[in-house]
Amino acid sequence: MEPKTKSTQFLWWSLPLIVILAFTLYGCPSQQNLSGSGDAAQKVYVAPGEHDEFYGMFSGGYSGQMTVYGLPSGRHLYTIPVFSQAPVNGYGYSEETKPMLQTTYGFIPWDDAHHPEMSQTDGVPDGRWIFINANNTPRVARIDFSNFQTAEIIEIPNAAGNHASPFVTTNTEYISAATRFSIPMDEESLENQDVSISSYAENFKGTLTFIKIGDEGEMSIDFQILVPGFNYDLSHAGKGPSEDWSFFTTYNSEEAHTLLEVNASRNDKDFIAAVNWRKAAELVANGAGREISAPHYRNYMDHSEQRAKSELIETVKVLDPTEYPGIIYYLPTPKSPHGVDVDPSGQYIVAGGKLSSVLPVHSFEKMIQAIENEDYEGEVDGIPVLNYDSVIHAEVENAGIGTLHTEFDGNGFAYTTAFISSEIVKWSLDTFEVVDRIDTYYSPGHLMIPGGDSRQPEGKYLVALNKITKDRYLPTGPELFHSAQLIDISGDKMQLLLDFPTDGEPHYAQAIAADIVKEGQIRFYELENNNHPDAVKSESETRVERDGNEVHVYMTTIRSHFTPDNIEGIKVGDKVYFHVTNLEQDWDVPHGFAILGARTAELLIMPGETRTMVWEPQKPGVFPFYCTDFCSALHQEMQGYARVSPADSDVPVLFGTGS
Amino acid sequence: MKTKERGLMAIAALLLGFVFLVPIWSIDMDAPQYPEGIGMKISVNKIEGKSKNDLQNINGLNHYIGMKEITPESIPELKIMPWIFIFLIVSGLGIAVWGNRTALLVWIILFVLFAIAGLIDFYIWGYDYGHNLNNDAAIKIPGMTYQPPLIGTKQLLNITASSWPGIGFYVSLISMGLASYAFWSSKPSS
Repeated sequence: MEPKTKSTQFLWWSLPLIVILAFTLYGCPSQQNLSGSGDAAQKVYVAPGEHDEFYGMFSGGYSGQMTVYGLPSGRHLYTIPVFSQAPVNGYGYSEETKPMLQTTYGFIPWDDAHHPEMSQTDGVPDGRWIFINANNTPRVARIDFSNFQTAEIIEIPNAAGNHASPFVTTNTEYISAATRFSIPMDEESLENQDVSISSYAENFKGTLTFIKIGDEGEMSIDFQILVPGFNYDLSHAGKGPSEDWSFFTTYNSEEAHTLLEVNASRNDKDFIAAVNWRKAAELVANGAGREISAPHYRNYMDHSEQRAKSELIETVKVLDPTEYPGIIYYLPTPKSPHGVDVDPSGQYIVAGGKLSSVLPVHSFEKMIQAIENEDYEGEVDGIPVLNYDSVIHAEVENAGIGTLHTEFDGNGFAYTTAFISSEIVKWSLDTFEVVDRIDTYYSPGHLMIPGGDSRQPEGKYLVALNKITKDRYLPTGPELFHSAQLIDISGDKMQLLLDFPTDGEPHYAQAIAADIVKEGQIRFYELENNNHPDAVKSESETRVERDGNEVHVYMTTIRSHFTPDNIEGIKVGDKVYFHVTNLEQDWDVPHGFAILGARTAELLIMPGETRTMVWEPQKPGVFPFYCTDFCSALHQEMQGYARVSPADSDVPVLFGTGS
Repeated sequence: MKTKERGLMAIAALLLGFVFLVPIWSIDMDAPQYPEGIGMKISVNKIEGKSKNDLQNINGLNHYIGMKEITPESIPELKIMPWIFIFLIVSGLGIAVWGNRTALLVWIILFVLFAIAGLIDFYIWGYDYGHNLNNDAAIKIPGMTYQPPLIGTKQLLNITASSWPGIGFYVSLISMGLASYAFWSSKPSS
């Protein structure tokens, strides 16, 4: 009995030590995050005045904008107004920018922007433009990297829920866009129909749209492919051997129209649609397809006149794939796949099997083989369905629960987000086995590696774009920014470096080496190249003109005054146009313009630019206006007065600066 | 003067052609708000900003202290100076051909006098810009004037102004040196 007592005593004695050890090693999660945090801090530290290594371009989600973050610091550098009005600078409020938000539904001040996608040359991001989709009212925007401004927005007709969009082909020949929602379409005109929703299976259709990109980036819809009424979720173009193809995931092959969470999750397999866009484009170029009436707007920034213009395009070309075999095939894919990602070699097509226990990886080579052998397991509305066993290359086991999106590091590994198990899983493109995993906080949607969907990823950092924030930062009431985590993927083990909140609800992001973009930045607009019809290029040209009940004020700004700054002769009932030209020709000297009682946002006018505000004064009085941007030491002096007289008065038009 | 001296003199004269290509003086301004710098290049026939809009921006800054606008068109010296240099080049080449030592001496003396006159003139312009300020200026500091240094560096409010000769000036010095050497070397051996 003696030895037993001894060992019990020893156990009692060592218990506190075990408890302490347990706390140290397996304490609260935040302590886990901190392991090696000194090292992590050094890796993300960008010293004051130094620049980040990458531009991170994040979608704003339901903010409708695009946000720019420096990586690895996570510093918020800028927000690009795209699909939503931006009172911060008057985008969508000024006369020059309102046309950007024009649609066939009228002026729309908001949208939901999901997927930034950079232009590519030879399958590598080239820093010319970045595209982004509007989900709600289908549109695609093009942002110019030279000034980080929206240069063009094209509306997509015959579509609803532009989610699988915009994905770029290897040399930016095309941007693809597919409908998340199918809608009832007239057989001939494709117009949305007034039919019973329960007639879904019979009437509802989807479209895959291919937008051609011109040399200057200009967008035009080349053709639309009519497809069965599923939900088209995400897409990616192939690369290398598969560069002629685009891949689209589908769910709701059940064609449910109510309670999709149950009714669209019944089938064991949905599909990836593989589209030979090269072949379709050649067919269209040779006269295939039919041209139908499909009015849609193309809004673009006229760089010479520095104002947006809208043009209505009347038609599109539609291809019915049953008439042109060989342009589309379905690859059966388990359980409502979400993302579809093609590895840098262009050989493997990875599906995010959202509700699947495995991560399916198709082989492009096998797909081509199956097509050649007509190895079909059936067809859907005339579209051949390839045999799953013939196209599947591997099923990655234990890849987390709720796998959504995959990107690549260029070193033979893939990284997949798992929404439900809230982690990122690293797996090998050689063995198709999981090699590492790291928790994220919480529930990642997309992930991003600079160039991670291109032929040349820069496998240094990975950003997890999480959908749930909860306790990650100081709480700000019920509504929280989304959280992102920067992870070092340069070693064998992933290492969490930084946690940073992101504006709005970012879905996807892309990043590009800062050097590619930095040098080409416009610092201000050359006044001599400003061909805005209402520009005034010197103070001597400033004037006020009355035309019926319209009053046009041609005004200039330069530190630290407006010309004119005293205006009389405006009457109640007038529509006053302030055409303000910023005469500054130096970097970072914008001027602002705001006037008491104006029912709109300020104008923020960049050097060399002209912006116009419309003001409809409601009552007589003298109304101050002022510069809203702290432009100089005498910024508070930068002000003026506009006198408003009763409608029936005859106060003459007077203006000037008293000199 | 022997062939060697004549050759040197011809080189001295032709070297002066460079002043039409490069600035003879340069003024740099350094301020916290201008991390990339801002400045002026002064040539025999023009005054330009170091970057495209620097002159306009310098004028914009100067208006706060009431300094006159620097408008190259209104500075007559920029029209006269090219002719002075053309005269020096042509007469210098003439002397190289002629080989007259006395003429060479006159040429050197004229050149030196022109240079001194130029520096005095430059100083007077600087004095005028720096002192002759508009009474309506937004920023008025009792006793403060804004004359840029003729040569060297000077703190003017938030701006550190540096004024240094440009390549054209050094080329002129070399030309002057070559001419002087030609004069000395051609001394008749008695």
